[in-house]
Amino acid sequence: MTHKSEINSSRRQFLNGSAIAAGLAIAPGVMLHQVAQAKPADQAVTSDKRWGMLIDTNKCSKGCDACVRGCQTENGWGENETKSGPNQVAQWIRKVELRDTSTGFTKSLPLMCQHCEHPPCVDVCPTGASFKRADGIVLVDKHICIGCRYCMMACPYKARSFIHEDLQDQLPVAPRGKGTVESCTLCVHRVDKDGENAIPACAEACNAEGHEAFVFGDLKNPNSRISQELAKHGGTQIRADLGLNVGIRYRGI
Amino acid sequence: MKANVHFREVLNNGTGYYGLLALLGAIVLIGLGAAYFMEHNGHFVTGMNNEIVWGMPHVFAVFLIVAASGALNVASIGSVFGKSQYKPLAPLSGLLAIALLAGGLAVLVLDLGHPDRLIVAMTYYNFKSIFAWNVMLYTGFMAVVVVYLWMMMERKMNKYTKPAGFFAFIWRLALTTGTGSIFGFIVAREAYDAAIMAPMFVIMSFSFGLAAYILVLMASFKWTERELGDKILYRLKNLLGIFVGAVLYFVLAYHLTNLYAAEHHSVERFILLDGGIYTKLFWIGQILIGGLIPLAMLYHPTLGKSRAVIGWACALVILGGMAQMYVIIIGGQAFPLVLFPGMEVSSSFADGIVASYTPKLPEYLLGIGGVAIALLLVTIAVKVLRFLPESLADAIVDPHTASDAKGTAKKAA
Repeated sequence: MTHKSEINSSRRQFLNGSAIAAGLAIAPGVMLHQVAQAKPADQAVTSDKRWGMLIDTNKCSKGCDACVRGCQTENGWGENETKSGPNQVAQWIRKVELRDTSTGFTKSLPLMCQHCEHPPCVDVCPTGASFKRADGIVLVDKHICIGCRYCMMACPYKARSFIHEDLQDQLPVAPRGKGTVESCTLCVHRVDKDGENAIPACAEACNAEGHEAFVFGDLKNPNSRISQELAKHGGTQIRADLGLNVGIRYRGI
Repeated sequence: MKANVHFREVLNNGTGYYGLLALLGAIVLIGLGAAYFMEHNGHFVTGMNNEIVWGMPHVFAVFLIVAASGALNVASIGSVFGKSQYKPLAPLSGLLAIALLAGGLAVLVLDLGHPDRLIVAMTYYNFKSIFAWNVMLYTGFMAVVVVYLWMMMERKMNKYTKPAGFFAFIWRLALTTGTGSIFGFIVAREAYDAAIMAPMFVIMSFSFGLAAYILVLMASFKWTERELGDKILYRLKNLLGIFVGAVLYFVLAYHLTNLYAAEHHSVERFILLDGGIYTKLFWIGQILIGGLIPLAMLYHPTLGKSRAVIGWACALVILGGMAQMYVIIIGGQAFPLVLFPGMEVSSSFADGIVASYTPKLPEYLLGIGGVAIALLLVTIAVKVLRFLPESLADAIVDPHTASDAKGTAKKAA
């Protein structure tokens, strides 16, 4: 019996020791992983994350288009298209005003690419130029886009724009070109640089106005602010009936 | 009977032939010029925008592609369904199918934002895209019909005509199903997202393709002074009548189904009642000019026997078909997307209001250029190869005349 307990205690010591050693070995990795949320530039994106945004329409004010202007400044669209008509100019993000016809209740919200999990634009694209990254961001590869505009036919949110004229003075973060299709990139250049700490330009502009209607983050991380807010207060998908499981969620509609 | 039908190139070297060639060539050049103008400046010179992303060029292109597969039907009736009277009509049918498809594809490609990247479309494939399938269906169709024509026109290969014809028939059904599915597969828009689009496009192709075929047949026979007997022409025009009726039936089924579902009431109201140009094009263009009037003309006991009336009826079917394409393609985009059911919406980007679209001249010119490409190809081909029978007089075409002769021969034996 004594003999047995001796063995047990030595085993306990061994297990404790191993656990501490293992903990010490893993800890820096875990800690560092938490510190280094940003992805090194030479590493491919993975499906460990799914980037999304929650937009609280209760904080969004009618007539304010700070998010639209913020996006324009960041990505350089809209103002250098001088020849295109009103509906030919790019619209990466727009403000939509809603009015319930039966109650008169009104609402204002920003609308952009909803970064669907099952994007119709990606399904229909003949060359694969329209694609979804592993982390859920839907983009257009401008090098293989042939300008057929089928993605624009297929997008339920009218989120895509075709470039109708030659462009000058483009910004390095958002290369654009006549004859190709483009849309909101979820400020992918910022996301790749800052990871979970990134703030897309629309959200940044909204914060600067003091509205703070946008929350950007990782939908797969249960501890992220976006996940916690969604878990607590819920969120609505626009045209949820289509089953696209969008990455942009709204509150208050 | 078969031995009686001889095929002969167009031998006429007069000003008429070269005049036609020059006229079509000029229209093709103007169309290409329009395409260059659009590509050089960018699409801002067109009426198309970020709401009406497919415009007049697509109306022409889709019409030509749909008509192309239908033009092959005449050959299919001969070799697949064994109607021997149609066999002399088959080479022209295959030729017209290839020519119309080439014209339609040219318009489609020249309207791309990047026609220079055609090679990309041929080398990068997203196999989930119906467009990518169509790239293969369209190019494959050309190859299949060329082989079919070879089997038909090379005496040594004649024994393979039937299997080749059968394969081409299946392929053309797949092709038009693919074209219809471009719209059928669009989940987002109220006017599309319907499985009936695919079979409706198939039946539309029967009608538009046959109308185009009859017009080309009548014109080419008249201009080359060949005899076109009443019997074969009446068969074709009666068949066209059936197809025109079938298109009306599919349109009726589509709208009745939509009318039954409350969620589609607003889009139906838009097309059928208060959609302005789209409502007019639907009722006057598609239903009246493209459907009821040609039906009455084709089946009228006396007028229906006049060649001028038959020709005009075919022209009206084509015009009505263009109107139908316009209503489907442009009308379907003009109706606003429903993002917030039950809500009134407004925005800086025309949410909640009917999208406006006025086609500009280059768009028309490009589309008409595509039609000219098709006709130019036919005009050149009938001179170079033996596509046209020397005569389609009743005595040559009608099997009864032949069977009478056989009957007499049997009796004699």
